[in-house]
Amino acid sequence: MKAYTRRSRGARLRVHEIWDRYKGENHETALLLLILALLGVMAIVEPSALTMTFVGDIIRSGIVTLALALGLLLVIISGGMDVSFPAIAIFSGYATITVMNFFGVDGALWPFLLASIMGIALGSLNALFVARYRMETLIASLGTQVIIRGVLLAFIGSVYISTLPAQLDAIGASSIMRLGNSPVNILVLPVIALAFLVSWMLRKTMFGRSIYAIGGDRESARRVGIRVPSVQVRIYLIAGALAGFAGMVHVVLSRHASPFELVGTELNVIAAVVIGGALDSGGRGSVKGTVYGVLLISLVQNSLVRLGVSSYWHVLVVGVVVLVGVAIQAQASSREAKTTRILESTEASA
Amino acid sequence: MPLALQAKGITKTYGGVKALTEVDIDVRAGEVMCLAGANGSGKSTLIKIISGVETADAGHIEMDGVDVGRPSVTDSIDLGIQVIYQDMSLFPNLTVAENIAMSARVKARSKVVRVQAARSIAARVVERLGLQLSLDEKVENISVADRQLVAICRALALDVKVLFMDEPTTALTWREIDSLSRVVEQLKADGVAIVFVSHKTEEVFMMSDRITVLRNGAVVKSGAAAEFTPDTLIESLLGYLPSEERQLSALPVEDKAPALEVHEIGRNDLFEGVSFEVGAGEIVGLTGLLGSGRSEIAESIFGILPIDTGEIRVAGQAKPIGSVQEGIEAGIGYVPEDRLTQGVILEQSIESNLIAASLDKVSGRGGFLDSGQMARASQHAVEKLGIKTDNPANPVSSLSGGNQQRVVLGKWMETEPSVLILNGPTVGVDAGSKAVILDILRLTAEQGTGILMISDDVPELVSVCHRVLFVRRGRMDGALEMDEVSPERIRERLDR
Repeated sequence: MKAYTRRSRGARLRVHEIWDRYKGENHETALLLLILALLGVMAIVEPSALTMTFVGDIIRSGIVTLALALGLLLVIISGGMDVSFPAIAIFSGYATITVMNFFGVDGALWPFLLASIMGIALGSLNALFVARYRMETLIASLGTQVIIRGVLLAFIGSVYISTLPAQLDAIGASSIMRLGNSPVNILVLPVIALAFLVSWMLRKTMFGRSIYAIGGDRESARRVGIRVPSVQVRIYLIAGALAGFAGMVHVVLSRHASPFELVGTELNVIAAVVIGGALDSGGRGSVKGTVYGVLLISLVQNSLVRLGVSSYWHVLVVGVVVLVGVAIQAQASSREAKTTRILESTEASA
Repeated sequence: MPLALQAKGITKTYGGVKALTEVDIDVRAGEVMCLAGANGSGKSTLIKIISGVETADAGHIEMDGVDVGRPSVTDSIDLGIQVIYQDMSLFPNLTVAENIAMSARVKARSKVVRVQAARSIAARVVERLGLQLSLDEKVENISVADRQLVAICRALALDVKVLFMDEPTTALTWREIDSLSRVVEQLKADGVAIVFVSHKTEEVFMMSDRITVLRNGAVVKSGAAAEFTPDTLIESLLGYLPSEERQLSALPVEDKAPALEVHEIGRNDLFEGVSFEVGAGEIVGLTGLLGSGRSEIAESIFGILPIDTGEIRVAGQAKPIGSVQEGIEAGIGYVPEDRLTQGVILEQSIESNLIAASLDKVSGRGGFLDSGQMARASQHAVEKLGIKTDNPANPVSSLSGGNQQRVVLGKWMETEPSVLILNGPTVGVDAGSKAVILDILRLTAEQGTGILMISDDVPELVSVCHRVLFVRRGRMDGALEMDEVSPERIRERLDR
């Protein structure tokens, strides 16, 4: 009996060791396993659904979420929360199309640039409230969100624009390849490039490390000489630019512009980032985790479509997935907290 | 020896209250200057002003005889001023290496950073100080003592000319304090000027060459350490000399059930087979090295870390304590180690904090709070504990450290517990407040409460405890009864 327990304890230890090595800095591996498990369930319940088209659909629906999530990730790592990014995104996308129509100009690249610049301008509102007036980030962005939407509907327009300028529309129709029946739009490329860029920035630049430092302990960051307000301003400007770009991607992919879209998707995006390991208390999170988070949400939604579940149920299911994901994260952190305690006592006995 | 740093005429006012009044201090290269002062005397404010975290209202700073005005944080880092803060100011989410390299990176104004570079900066310091630290572990996963070492390493990763150490030994065991004093010797030899802040008198005399005493935001005395004795030091920083003698509260005459009995209690991986009792009216010390399990045992009895095996009896009755709520209901009060994060709600009023654990006593019919009773209860506690405030409606954050500690104590005394468990009741508290707190404990015990005090402060244990119990590696390791309790015998047991 005793030998048995000892052996099983040893085995458990070994599993722990392996898990510790591969779990990833923010438990990304757990997330990946969850994604695989879901795919496994799909393979049993609806094997015919697992086609390349399915993969293509997931990528297609995930691309805007990812573009939005990248900006939010920066905010959340720094210990903040932002709900204004969908408003910034749709403002930038819709206003750019309105400007193009108003002046009768067309273009393929510069509209994306213009939308990003609008995003920066709108993001500067958040930056002002957070860095200058030290407002709580969530409250500040709740305020700016309403203002931005108000200005959009009151001054820019509230009508549905059914056709985009020709060159933009052409981008919306051009694909790099087809996965089954689902075309993969060329805009996947810049979004992936942005993901790599943000990932590099977070890991390898002083700015990126400062974001983690501020999220870890703001006062400590100040004390080592990090200029906290300046870092925050840059975070909100970059998040604005990414939201603006994402807004344009959304408009081009959907091949129409409606000022009423995107708003309401913030929960999905927040869910993707949080499931991806970015705790709301700050200092944690990675692009890799966020990508997994986006994939998971996108997979769930597309699976529900394939299973013929009414779209009314989607919100509910996404909610459950969010809770499960966050619970896994919280569980993992609390397990680590326990490890710390034991570590202290074993150290003393050593 | 040349002067490394001089602060001249530093004055700072916070909303009408003068924290510092024309303070002059100077430190020479290659010496350790101890900045002594009671809680709230302005030491921390002075350090923050010199390091640029706060800005003085008047005065200026000179480095090597050159006026540098009132530096910002980056200015002072560039000038070679480094501070090891009391709270360590680390980043829990980053690795040890990155924490150590952070100030070097900031100073170098790097744009792009490399993990390898951070590692080698950290490895160099760690090696120079002869320490053992796992560089790739996150700071949140290492022990408090290691965190303290990381904070020290970070300060020394740069070319430091003036080093401030604000209570660097609070979290260290004796062995580590030893290696810290070796580091200090080495730094002195390298010509670093060191300013040292500590509440432990022994340490002050062991480490420092010169002592400057602050009282109520002004320098009251300054001179070579040899000019001071422990008594004159405490007297000059308080203005009077509190008694630190062994002075035991009277034990009750009649036979009462012990306030607390624990029998063979254990919790997986933390401690096991722990048995002891605390009589009614008795003050029992529980001591051991940092990480010996002493805090965990206390937390288990109170229900924060419920026990897996064994039995807990309070006032003679067996109590299954599986949560803090059950701990409170069983008649246990607990004053935690870290008063700032665990004991009080800083932004809330003194009154609400004092009654927070005894809400049922101040509620009227239907469970609504009775504001009259609340005011009476808190007024009573304020008077009894001697909390210095003109208005109990002020937030706890307006009080000094020692008074905050009294609020935590008061919160539990209001519940009239059978047992009061105190974890490091005077950590970071000056000698004056400490004497008052110990007096309150004696008074509480005389009223029949059993007190279990977890502490590694030997003079404090000797001063109030009827008995002292020892914990080692999660097990009980002997005891000293009544007359056996003495500083020498406690140290001898701990050192073993």
